[in-house]
Amino acid sequence: MMDREIVVIGAGPAGLSAALEAARAGAEVLLVDENHKPGGQLFKQIHKFFGSKDHQAGVRGIDIGVQLLEEAKELKIDVWLNAEVCGIFNQNEVWIVRDKERSVTVRAERIILATGATENAVNFPGWTLPGVMGAGAAQTMINIHRVLPGQKVLMIGSGNVGVIVSYQLLQAGADVKAVVEAAPRLGGYGVHTAKVRRAGVPFYTSHTVLEARGKDHVESAVIGRIDERWKPIPGTEIELEVDTICIAAGLTPLVELAFAAGCRPVFSPVLGGMVPVHDAAMRTSLPSLYVAGDISGVEEASTAMEEGRMAGLSAARSLGHIDDATYRIRYEAVENRLLALRSGLFGQKRRDAKEQIVSQSQG
Amino acid sequence: MNRIFEHPILGPLEDTELVRIFVDGEPVEARKGEVIAAALIATGKQYFRKTIKLQEPRGIYCGIGRCTDCVMTVNGVPNVRTCVTEVEEGMVIETQLGYGKWGRGINS
Repeated sequence: MMDREIVVIGAGPAGLSAALEAARAGAEVLLVDENHKPGGQLFKQIHKFFGSKDHQAGVRGIDIGVQLLEEAKELKIDVWLNAEVCGIFNQNEVWIVRDKERSVTVRAERIILATGATENAVNFPGWTLPGVMGAGAAQTMINIHRVLPGQKVLMIGSGNVGVIVSYQLLQAGADVKAVVEAAPRLGGYGVHTAKVRRAGVPFYTSHTVLEARGKDHVESAVIGRIDERWKPIPGTEIELEVDTICIAAGLTPLVELAFAAGCRPVFSPVLGGMVPVHDAAMRTSLPSLYVAGDISGVEEASTAMEEGRMAGLSAARSLGHIDDATYRIRYEAVENRLLALRSGLFGQKRRDAKEQIVSQSQG
Repeated sequence: MNRIFEHPILGPLEDTELVRIFVDGEPVEARKGEVIAAALIATGKQYFRKTIKLQEPRGIYCGIGRCTDCVMTVNGVPNVRTCVTEVEEGMVIETQLGYGKWGRGINS
């Protein structure tokens, strides 16, 4: 068994930020990720981020990813790729399988879980046909692998993921036939929605997908209007000739490791479902375990990076790496940026939900 | 061909070394370092496997190694996640039936 001060699980925006912050504070950090490249889902985000200048607004996710990796290199952070974490024992032993063949257990004084989230599915007749996929899957194919999963696309869901991926599909050369939204109103940020609208893509509110048709692959999709009780209205069906149906119906936090380790759960519908209870400094109900990013409640990459900094900072401080005064200054800076990101029409709801989770950690 | 050669943000697709893989016995040129699923989508492959009872087709769903919908038999090993496994020179990729069998795919 080997020993490390801090093990960070997941090298996406949250995990990378956590590792950087902890290493800057002087902690000895090991960053592990199951993929063969670090960055998580950051490298498929080719759009510019929101927020203020402090949050790197206006910078594309992909460029932020490059920057984080460079910093990790400069700080000589130990990164294990192709390293799958299979369990956490006694709250401080991380069982890792490297390259699918070597089993290693690392004893960590602090563990930061930044495992992210997975896309939700929507079930309808034909949804298992090839060509029906998560919107994030289509985004991975076009922006990372540079292949188009289809030429004619139907997007289910008008939230940020739905409209951003719709626009990126258009940029990649696909024809987006329609965006369908079950709610009576569109759900995404105006800037992204307007871009898709200007490109001439029709939006269908109060509509849902009823069926995917095709033999070996999607050949068409049937959509229809739904009433106030979300029931399809007969006679309103429209058949669209598409070869791809993308589902942008939200994400669910990847909490398995946290709950298997014994973290206390709390249900947060606004933030994606069951999440580990944590305090404002990202510490869970287990004193050696921290969380950051989508595992602690689904938000955006910008909030994930701030939460990562918070987790890295507090884990390093709990090991005595920074004095209280420095900690206070850095903590408040991160806290203020998080507050700014959780303001406004969309942010307030997330801020309230986060406060609800944090309130569970006291008492 | 479903490759994106030109892109307004990412620029032109960079030239890269090619590797030859075999998909259900047919030789296919793939880009070194890309995942199997990408190479197959580039060729327009319609489905990656069929289910055991109803022979229903399946393809990629999550694209990031979580859902296991895109598994195929690779070099005789069944249930390999094609969306997170990189192509290698000479790799033998086979459409899979059900849980697959060690050593062979659906068409061999």
